[in-house]
Amino acid sequence: MGRYIGGRIISMLITFLIIASLTFFLMKLLPGTPFNNQDKLTETQIVQLNDKYGLNDPVPVQYFNYMKNLLSGDLGVSFQQDGREVSTIIGERIGPSAYLGLQSLVVGTIIGLFLGIIAALKHNSFLDYGTMVIAVLGISIPNFVIAGLMQYWFGVKWQLLPVAYWDGFAYTIMPTVAIASIVVATIARFMRTEMLEVLGQDYITTAKAKGLSSTAVVIRHTIRNASIPIITIMGPLVVGLMTGTLVIEQIFVIPGLGEKFVNSILTNDFPIIMGTTLFFSILFIVVILLVDILYGIIDPRIRLAGGKS
Amino acid sequence: MKKSRWTLVLSLVLVLSVFLSACGGGSNNGGNSGGEGDGEGGSAEQVLNLVETAEIPSMDTTQATDNTSFKAMNQVFEGLYRLDENNEPTLGMAADEPEEEEKDGETVYTFTIRDDAKWSDGSDVVAGDFIYAWHKALNPDTISPYASMFGTAGIKNGNAIITEGDPLYGKVEELGAKAVDEKTLEITVENQVPYFKSLLTFATFYPQPEGYAEEQGDNFALEADTMLYNGPFVFAEWNHGEGWTYEKNPEYWDAETVNLEKVTTKVVQDTATTVNLYETGKIDRAGLSADFVDQFKDNEEFSTLVDPTMYFMRLNQEREELANKDIRKALYLAYDREGLVNVLLNNGSIAAKYFVPKDFVKGPDGDDFREFAPDGFYADQGEEEAKEAWEAGLEALGTDSVELEFLTTDNELAAKIAEYAKDQFETKLDGLTITINKQPWKQFLELEDSGDFDISTGGWGPDYPDPMTFLYMFETDGEYNRMGYSSEKYDELVSGAKKETDEAKRWKMMQDAEKVLMEEDIAIVPTYQKGNAILKKDYVKNFYVHSFGADSSYKWIKIEK
Repeated sequence: MGRYIGGRIISMLITFLIIASLTFFLMKLLPGTPFNNQDKLTETQIVQLNDKYGLNDPVPVQYFNYMKNLLSGDLGVSFQQDGREVSTIIGERIGPSAYLGLQSLVVGTIIGLFLGIIAALKHNSFLDYGTMVIAVLGISIPNFVIAGLMQYWFGVKWQLLPVAYWDGFAYTIMPTVAIASIVVATIARFMRTEMLEVLGQDYITTAKAKGLSSTAVVIRHTIRNASIPIITIMGPLVVGLMTGTLVIEQIFVIPGLGEKFVNSILTNDFPIIMGTTLFFSILFIVVILLVDILYGIIDPRIRLAGGKS
Repeated sequence: MKKSRWTLVLSLVLVLSVFLSACGGGSNNGGNSGGEGDGEGGSAEQVLNLVETAEIPSMDTTQATDNTSFKAMNQVFEGLYRLDENNEPTLGMAADEPEEEEKDGETVYTFTIRDDAKWSDGSDVVAGDFIYAWHKALNPDTISPYASMFGTAGIKNGNAIITEGDPLYGKVEELGAKAVDEKTLEITVENQVPYFKSLLTFATFYPQPEGYAEEQGDNFALEADTMLYNGPFVFAEWNHGEGWTYEKNPEYWDAETVNLEKVTTKVVQDTATTVNLYETGKIDRAGLSADFVDQFKDNEEFSTLVDPTMYFMRLNQEREELANKDIRKALYLAYDREGLVNVLLNNGSIAAKYFVPKDFVKGPDGDDFREFAPDGFYADQGEEEAKEAWEAGLEALGTDSVELEFLTTDNELAAKIAEYAKDQFETKLDGLTITINKQPWKQFLELEDSGDFDISTGGWGPDYPDPMTFLYMFETDGEYNRMGYSSEKYDELVSGAKKETDEAKRWKMMQDAEKVLMEEDIAIVPTYQKGNAILKKDYVKNFYVHSFGADSSYKWIKIEK
């Protein structure tokens, strides 16, 4: 196991370096300058400003400088937010995104699992169809539509919840529901399918034949085994949610990371593009490693160290 | 067996999430389109609640380039002058109008800074603070994107210092501005411009607290507590990405005029959210996009404001077809501007057959610049004349069909406007085919700059309160010409007006120049002058909106309930 993790960490580092390099060179292909009054700048001014930010150096030199700073932990300063540290900017934005992401994940997973299990147990019943309709709607209705409708009815018409801003628990309810809708739908469908598959396995028949109560069969054998694949989709889901959902953040005015990421690309804010991309990559790589390790622990059939399976 | 299936699922999810995040990137279009959304709030207390559509990129007066920053700076800083209710410069840090002295064709203005001009830590605002900030703006190592403002204001050597290759390049101490003593600032102007004092209200001309700024180093003006304020308000809070809060500045020299105790500002990018916040009373002023106008048109709190920002099409005159004046005239006349402003924009924008905006600047006689041609050029001609010109143009070209590429940006409104133009041109002018080329903003600028278009959409807002801020664009070598337009007559009028010191003559020259551009040459197709639709609560009084520089002033606002 130790050797396995060691090897994985080395390959993670390599992956990270490749992502950093690729992002850097791709980013340099973006047209235009990072200066937001570019339409009013003269050629000379652009040259002078590029000088100031070191953007006139050949790209390989810029790359070398960037990587050198990166390896010493320096992500540089934002062009758009005049001189603020990239790490500070990510730091102040990640809080709301992570909070909202985790809250939606927990809520969405619990409801999703519940719906999925019910649907499988009452296979081909009204409950099953009802649940699947909810799941399909959850996946196919964009969450900004759900968000907009909620904001209008709960916020403006009935004035039950605050319309927007980020100022306490009440402010998290609508965004959480909007984001959780897709989690509920994804998990419910997945859980239902897995449950149905497990229910048809021989060991379930055996357990029933041994005289176990159906509740015990469901809890001890079915749900447990059906849950394993859920972990697979949880990994990417966690990262996706933690790093923020741009549209929901915009609608509910949440100072999260999603908006920063997209705007940095639109405005050619190179250090922020690099900073956020690398941050997301690290998160992703680490979560995938954790998921793989979890498999080995939960399902002994999977031998991470490789060899004799 | 099982493992390989999981790997497959895992990779699928990975691919899917990459794909989804890529899509997410595409869904944001606007970018920083300027501070259209404002709002305010308040109760019986003097509190105003507003929203902005973008965060503040910079509070360093030498570095900012955008509306949001300039607006915020106008509330917390002050130059020698500030803009008043009528967009006239009124005394700020300057105690009195300056003494003027003519010397060898140069004018020396001597300003005295108010005794009670203080930074928010109680220290005096001194003449050296101005010099410090100005030198910083011009120094090649810290150069300001607005460094050219010093030359625009006519300040001695302002242009030379930022011109590479000039013997004075980078020699900031050669700037015609000196601190004679703590409270005396001397500005030498080599080229007098009538808008000199108005320009001094612009952020680039604000002072910075020298000692404090040096002490803060790189942290200066990055956070609410790493800067000092000399304006009507101070930043009580600045949460990047979320918003900021102003509080009245007790050290401000004119604090007794300031009514508001507090102004909160949140960054809200989604117009629907802004409207919902306004409707629930969380904010006191809201900017509306076209799709919300019908809903609120009859509301008492609804109003429209006209901006001095012009939208027009550049016609690339290096193309054979567009070098033909009849073809240009046909395009100019075929385009129905009323349909554009009333249906598509629907926000108070004005259909324009002119280039220098209405309600922007007044001439020496006190009349608006536009008075000489209030309805613009070819105002009474339309579709019929367009068709005639088109036929004549085709004949001269010896063809019966023309294909033109229409370059535009990829934001939602620009795309709609492009479709509208295509429809207008193609239905009215037989044999014309328009291909729309939609590009992201930065790419658009590159293409336009390199002349890689036939027709392109452009917008222009003033940098200083004078028609010249529009007219100089189309000089033959103008940096912003970009369409190969060249007229000796136009160049002569524009460069003549730049040197002319007699105001009445200068005014006439600029009006003649516009006439050449629009009537004689039909070099561009102007489309509309920008309007803004806003909602504002009745109890917000004295919300002054400006036509250049900072969008608005909160200094005089009062809440009356």
